[in-house]
Amino acid sequence: MLKLRDGIVELYRKVATSLPPDIEDAVKAAHAQEADSSTAASTLAVIAENIKRARETFRPLCQDTGVPVFYVKVPVGLSHNELRSTILEATREATQKVPLRPNAVDVITEKNSGDNTGEGFPVIYFEETSGGTLTVDLMLKGAGSENAGQMYKLPLAEINAQRDLEGVRRCVLDAVQKAQGRGCPPYIIGVGIGATKDQVTRLAKEQLMRKLTDVNKAGELAELEQQLLGDINSLGIGPMGLGGKATALGVKIGVNHRHPASYFVDVSVGCWAMRRGRLIW
Amino acid sequence: MLGDETGAAHMVDRRTLTLPLSAEDVSSLRAGDLVFLNGLLITGRDKVHKYLVEQRPPKADFPFDISGTVLYHCGPIMRKTEDGYSVVAAGPTTSIRVEMYEADVIREYGLRGIMGKGGMGEKTLKALQEAGCVYFHAIGGAAAYLADRINKVVTAWKLEEFGSTEAMWFFEVKDFPAIVTMDSLGNSMHKEIEKTSFRRFSELILSKGQGTGQKS
Repeated sequence: MLKLRDGIVELYRKVATSLPPDIEDAVKAAHAQEADSSTAASTLAVIAENIKRARETFRPLCQDTGVPVFYVKVPVGLSHNELRSTILEATREATQKVPLRPNAVDVITEKNSGDNTGEGFPVIYFEETSGGTLTVDLMLKGAGSENAGQMYKLPLAEINAQRDLEGVRRCVLDAVQKAQGRGCPPYIIGVGIGATKDQVTRLAKEQLMRKLTDVNKAGELAELEQQLLGDINSLGIGPMGLGGKATALGVKIGVNHRHPASYFVDVSVGCWAMRRGRLIW
Repeated sequence: MLGDETGAAHMVDRRTLTLPLSAEDVSSLRAGDLVFLNGLLITGRDKVHKYLVEQRPPKADFPFDISGTVLYHCGPIMRKTEDGYSVVAAGPTTSIRVEMYEADVIREYGLRGIMGKGGMGEKTLKALQEAGCVYFHAIGGAAAYLADRINKVVTAWKLEEFGSTEAMWFFEVKDFPAIVTMDSLGNSMHKEIEKTSFRRFSELILSKGQGTGQKS
């Protein structure tokens, strides 16, 4: 799996140093909407320049190269364990080569492993696929935005959120209001709804892998995504939380069936530097 | 616009500051001012703050005098070179994580500036007023751009012990852009924006009937 390892090292480099075109386009569109010489416009101009500079010089866009999160679609017969060790080897190599910031810290000893590997680090999700192609999706999830995420258990009297999509809308607005500028807006918001806590957090984060141009297959959710984007951008938090129109670039919602007695909503916050990419093998 | 490279005109109120800052520099700065920093600043994040507050190392322990300088909340990506280190990426980290320590650090070490992202709380805002210090907001995620404003890696403190992300780096910066968002008079842009957005948030969640799902 030597060549696959090299491919994953290159995937790391690409994801850490260049933003997907849909996000870059959205940053540019947001810039065009802000008033000339406002703080928001100046901020977005620097962000756009940073995106360009990072890509041209192959340097990470952000010093926080985050928690690597892998979503791997595996053809029948390929060993998950072997793939896992290939990913770990590639992670160690990429940490040196790209370079990535070493971010894996042992909770007991407080020691940084130095190579971005450790217990449950990187995060790797495997899924079997019927096709013959191995697909490796990688997200580098910055901690500033990760810390801005929230989970809700409905109903929630504080914001009068009941167990329906209107309740979900309230949760998302509450999460963004509480996050303010702390997670590097303009944000990409992922929402997961379902029966169990572990499932909705994963589902919410998976939504961040969707392209901004992607339209939700469920009409009701597509509508809610649009409405939430408008609502969030009327809050005035703006780029970096310093005021302005662009508080979010996109909202993506995913649903699972829920238990009659449970209604969990997880809101995963992605920073403007929403770094994601795909390797097809 | 902040940068020369964007090809756009500078904002008229562009202001250049030389570190260390004086009490007069600080008292003349107002929330909303765009500034460019020049000179020697230091970095420090979670571990540095915890250590400074718990161990209270004397000022003489640091390789340079840190009075009057700016403490930048940053855990950079560094690359080891033949003759030391170079900066690869160096944007700000979220400041609120060190809220419980910052007021003590400002008072104890005579800092004139704190720089990070996301702003800080009431305790720090009060310390800024009492000690004569300001909070600068750097642009989050603009790590390659900001690394290019660091001319020289002068030295590091606690590099072995804390590792390169958490160490205190001494950086010589040139035209490092930032926005004053909390000043020494008690003004905070973060507080203002949170207030305004909360009003809008309240409208957005009050404007609807319970669970009607209709559009606003």
